[in-house]
Amino acid sequence: MVRWAMVIDLEKCSGCQACVVACAAENNVPLGSPQEAEIGRLIRWLQTLPRIEGEYPHVRAEAVPMMCFQCERPPCTYVCPVAATYKNPQGVVAQIYWRCIGCRYCVNACPFTLKWFNWFQPRWPATMAEATNPDVSLRDKGVTEKCTFCHHRLQQAKDRARAEGRPLRPEDYRPACVEACPQGALVFGDLDDPDSEVARRARSPRAFRFLEELGTQPKVYYLAATPEA
Amino acid sequence: MAEVLRSDVETRVLSPLTRPAGWGYTLTVGGLVAIFGWSLYAWNRQIQTGLGITGLNAPVFWGVYVINFVFFIGISHAGTLISSILRITDTPWRRPFTRLAEAITVFSLPFGALSVIVDLGRPDRLLHVVRYPHFTSAILWDVVCISTYLITSCLYFYLALVPDIALCRDRLPETPAWRKKLYRTLALGWQDTPVQWKTLNRLLTGMSIFLFALVVSVHTNVSFVFGMTLKPGWHTTIISPFFVLGAIYSGVATVIVLAALFRRLYRLEDLMTEAHFRSCAKFLLALCCFWLYAMIIEHLFVFYGKETAELRILEAKFWGPYAPLFWTMVACCFGIPFVVLAVPRWRTIRNLVAIGLVINVGMWLERYTIIVPSGAYPYLPWGVGTYRPSWVEVSITAGWLAGFLALILLFARLFPVLTVWEVREELGEARTSLAAPASMEPSAIEVPLFSNRAVGFNSQSTKD
Repeated sequence: MVRWAMVIDLEKCSGCQACVVACAAENNVPLGSPQEAEIGRLIRWLQTLPRIEGEYPHVRAEAVPMMCFQCERPPCTYVCPVAATYKNPQGVVAQIYWRCIGCRYCVNACPFTLKWFNWFQPRWPATMAEATNPDVSLRDKGVTEKCTFCHHRLQQAKDRARAEGRPLRPEDYRPACVEACPQGALVFGDLDDPDSEVARRARSPRAFRFLEELGTQPKVYYLAATPEA
Repeated sequence: MAEVLRSDVETRVLSPLTRPAGWGYTLTVGGLVAIFGWSLYAWNRQIQTGLGITGLNAPVFWGVYVINFVFFIGISHAGTLISSILRITDTPWRRPFTRLAEAITVFSLPFGALSVIVDLGRPDRLLHVVRYPHFTSAILWDVVCISTYLITSCLYFYLALVPDIALCRDRLPETPAWRKKLYRTLALGWQDTPVQWKTLNRLLTGMSIFLFALVVSVHTNVSFVFGMTLKPGWHTTIISPFFVLGAIYSGVATVIVLAALFRRLYRLEDLMTEAHFRSCAKFLLALCCFWLYAMIIEHLFVFYGKETAELRILEAKFWGPYAPLFWTMVACCFGIPFVVLAVPRWRTIRNLVAIGLVINVGMWLERYTIIVPSGAYPYLPWGVGTYRPSWVEVSITAGWLAGFLALILLFARLFPVLTVWEVREELGEARTSLAAPASMEPSAIEVPLFSNRAVGFNSQSTKD
């Protein structure tokens, strides 16, 4: 079985936001406005959140890229009244947009607040509207959406591998954010393959997951930045 | 009380139905309907623009609509409690209140259900709940529970109304033709025969027991929507009993307010006596104390446990941004009602009405301080949010309240607001001895629902 997972090295992350831009462009996430951001209406499947530790003068700030953690036991899928959100066979938590009734129960049930709701009909500037990614469905107002680990890319990678008559290689399928990271802070792969980069890094003593104690078993791991001496 | 005769009861209860509607009444109902119409306009605007027109945001994904949902479902429990549980236990003071209590149930439930539909981002996909049901979702079970509850309580309300509709049919000869026809149709050929009474009694008793179970299960299910998530502030076990208790509390308060209103409007002072209200007040006092108990337990456990995420919400409620609402809520749900209800001298009907309104404000605020802070303070502290309802949410809330009141007022123009046969029962008359009034014409064409054959009741009958 394949278990797609990600490891994010906070030591390497510089907070450049390249992943954020790549994600929004890849997945047709509307730009939004500063006003929307102000009142908590912005949609960002991937966002970098600032984390400040310590007190002046020993302050340490870091950017934490956060996307859907693709939990092994996702609390959001249990609560959906119409099964519009579910964990697919590859372990990715997906969303069926045309089925979603917009009750926002899943959004509330997510302990990490990493699912997004379309408060309005999404809009892009005219030039961008013509250049949306045809591989990712556009979402209507009133439905929930979320990071899918760029699942459409897996489909493409499988098609490519089949066309070339070879098995799927781990490097064939990489989400947009992983591809865009200039520091290589984001590593993606199969957690069930013990030799994979992801599995190796997830075993690191620096590895941790957010709110692990809740038992949702997130598949996004973080490597803690080593404290400066 | 004892000197009030049976015919008196009927005349007194039926006479307001024949009086022409005054301008006060027409104006009130007109105003309420206008407010309801305005709320429909607001809803339409929301459907056109999207839920962004509300004050909701990330992370406060649920707001006034969900609060209204819990609130309206809550007051609907009044009816079931008073008319079913108190009917099973044969509590005497329930009698003048049963009809109104049932009416509150039947008329508030649709607004509870509508509140959820308004809250949906895609109300056009409502039927997906039936087409793609997902049985692990508390919302799906809410749909199941509430529709069962609505159907059962409508039936129950109607069945208990049948003898009184028959009374309207027989005793109101001067009503317009459409009303005569309405009464004739809805009375289902009720003839006051012992067999019909026996059947009705059996049906009502059976349904009372079923409704008893529904009261508990419906509001427990409503609480599951919150309690079953991992959200701090919601994920507690006390939330279910507390919800059931709160529902009954606000429901009984609503019954008192509306009963006092109709007592005054319809001059029913000697049928709904001060003694009835005083008994109801004692019951309310007991609920008030239970409410405080549950509230203390809920917060004490959080305070003692000191779990970070939970404690942030508690602090926000106790002395943070939600403190004004929280303490107003405590005053409305406990402080003010307790002081007034605990002093026997102060249990006047006027005070009870005021208390009833205060309790309802408090219970609405209680749902607000449960739902909104937990949204605003999620586990990961980056997402702290604020929430301020928009004009659309305020309009829809006002509209739903107005719609509910308008339905009650319209109902009270057409049908008796007292259960005549139950009040007669209280006056010590065995209902089986009631002879059919001379003016009544036996009508063979009507559907004999209560005849022995239709319900398979095996006893001798003159018709068979």
